[in-house]
Amino acid sequence: MIRRILRSPSLGEFGLSLLTVFLALIVGGLAMAFTGANPLGVYKDLVVGAGFDWPFHLIPGNPLGVNALLAENNLVATLVLFTPLVLTGFAVAFAFRCGLFNIGGTGQFWVGSVCALVVAQHVGGPGGMVLATIAAGIGGAIWAGIAGGLKAYRGAHEVITTIMLNWIAIYTTQYLFAVAGPLTDNSVGNGVSKNILESAQYPGIWGVVQKIHIGIFLALACAVVYYVILNRTTLGYEVRAVGFNPEAARYGGISVKRSIVAAMAICGAFAGLAGAVQVLGVNYAIPASDVPVIDIGFTGIAVALLGRNTAVGVVLAALLFAALQSGGTQLSGSFNPELASGVSNIIQGTIILLVGGELVVRWLVGRAKHERVVPDVNPNAPPPQLPPQAGATPL
Amino acid sequence: MTRRGQIGLGAFVLFVLLVIVWRTQSTDVAAIVSTGLFVGAFQYATPLTFGALGGLYSERSGVVNIGLEGMMLMGCFWGVVVSQETGSWELGVLGAMAAGGFLGLVHAVLSIHLRANQVISGTAVNILGLGITSYGTNAIFGSEGSGDVPRIPSVLHFLEKVPLIGDVIGGLNLMIYVALALVAVSWWFLFRTVWGLRLRAVGEHPRAADTVGLPVFGIRYAAVILSGVLAGMGGAYLAFGLGSQFSENMTAGRGFIALAALIFGKWKPWGLLAAALLFGFSQALGDALQTILHVNAFLVFTLPYIFTLVALVGVIGRSRGPAAAGIPYARQ
Repeated sequence: MIRRILRSPSLGEFGLSLLTVFLALIVGGLAMAFTGANPLGVYKDLVVGAGFDWPFHLIPGNPLGVNALLAENNLVATLVLFTPLVLTGFAVAFAFRCGLFNIGGTGQFWVGSVCALVVAQHVGGPGGMVLATIAAGIGGAIWAGIAGGLKAYRGAHEVITTIMLNWIAIYTTQYLFAVAGPLTDNSVGNGVSKNILESAQYPGIWGVVQKIHIGIFLALACAVVYYVILNRTTLGYEVRAVGFNPEAARYGGISVKRSIVAAMAICGAFAGLAGAVQVLGVNYAIPASDVPVIDIGFTGIAVALLGRNTAVGVVLAALLFAALQSGGTQLSGSFNPELASGVSNIIQGTIILLVGGELVVRWLVGRAKHERVVPDVNPNAPPPQLPPQAGATPL
Repeated sequence: MTRRGQIGLGAFVLFVLLVIVWRTQSTDVAAIVSTGLFVGAFQYATPLTFGALGGLYSERSGVVNIGLEGMMLMGCFWGVVVSQETGSWELGVLGAMAAGGFLGLVHAVLSIHLRANQVISGTAVNILGLGITSYGTNAIFGSEGSGDVPRIPSVLHFLEKVPLIGDVIGGLNLMIYVALALVAVSWWFLFRTVWGLRLRAVGEHPRAADTVGLPVFGIRYAAVILSGVLAGMGGAYLAFGLGSQFSENMTAGRGFIALAALIFGKWKPWGLLAAALLFGFSQALGDALQTILHVNAFLVFTLPYIFTLVALVGVIGRSRGPAAAGIPYARQ
């Protein structure tokens, strides 16, 4: 029965992801049960912690007894985290569509953050806001474009180069804002940048303690941009063609190299915008101690995989991961909150395992043929024009 | 990398280091360039060497392993758990090897049998390693942490009597000598034995290896699990050889530097050892600058990654890995 529903093309993709999440929640639940916690209780707390009970207080009479203020705060916290996750999700998803694997979201995120910060420290008002946002996108695009260029013209695999570029960006950002760094606010003494101008901050739209800012519209607009670029432009057509079969694309007159560089640059722009959103909408400054621990760029991989690289899928997957992470920090009573980040990571890792191994697909359709979510990659392969196809074994 | 390229790069490194040392006040130079700096280089290089050796076996057999970080972290955690429960560091090391090997097995099943994308599988292994260990440390030890556990001892104290370099090479932690020995053993195994040749053949041209009757899957499984075991040993050294307890995410990217060392060392045992020592030295130097002189030395930590990028791009002789690494093999 389940198999039949999931095999229908319209529900298939969505159902697969849903089933994946369900299985991952079971694995996370087993880990909790293993250490004596009640998984159902924890998951209920997680839903409440993420603020997903908020709509129920609108029911006349509030029959569920929802604490409206607490639920509102929790939901706002989830949506604030959701905003950058959508963007880093697209940063990974767009690369997948071109047959590339962008692990460099973290580095592109920090380069974007620094660009936004520096501009918004000097230019205020709506103009400054826009300029800082654009600067972040350009910064991220250049950082990712380096990896694209190295792939296209030197044959260096983007997985390895983006990992290296991540750490270069992380340590350089730490250098900039650590104690005695060139951009550090040395009057404070604990390694943090000066704040951006108040007039350049994204205005808040909802919330009491924490506020959702207009960045969420930017993120949702990027979902439209992502869809339009991929499906309604020549560039998107070329990118997808290269993703399906670079050799055929080249034979058809598409410049594979240009597509690779363009795709990576667009990925980087998305991740850079995520940095802008965090700096201009949430933190207003960059503390050096934040740099090694923020994993928004990395979570984008799980978001893209679960969202199956579609615009709507990435948005929904980002909402799920935001809820997992944000809801976990609000856990109380039945569960030690220090365990929450661990559970959230276990669930995230399991989702990647399930999607990467296509275990659910295999279980559903047996050994039958199925379309791979991402093409196979060979980080050490010669330049892209040499192997006949990314997915084929060159033997 | 060509011989000339290596010399050029080495000279560049020395130049950068000299500039850094020169920029600081000359009286502090003695405080920085001391026995401690070189011992520190060995200490930093050891987990990298273990990790890179792990990556060497996996990638030489044709399976890309970016999950070294997670495997190393698993080794840290379970090594500490076993060491604390049993009171024996020997069993702790075995526990670390088993834990790393377990994640190796997960990676192997996904990337060999299920023919998953090896980069995705490695990413999953990293996140799972982080999740399991941070969950485990809070569940088992609570917020006060593991406390000190029995440590791996320092050995070969007689080497301290060697003139000039005795202070540096004598009385180091057992695992440092084990790492050096394993580099030699790995070179001998991979390049001087028939099974080493077979392992490399599987990584370069699995179809040909299959045709002559080699068990491609079996060899890859063994190599990837061994990869996890070695990374786990690196974790054991980090947690209770160099340190004495577990802390969350204590590998802090060392698995990725190990990957960089593997690439910079051109997928060769002695090459990766040299790379690990170079990267270890730059880390020790950055550390010394920060803790002794309170200089903001984060830029020094970027050096390993910049070197590796330069090597990949091939300005001075390109690094290129095994031909079939990253491509799942399907029998026909």
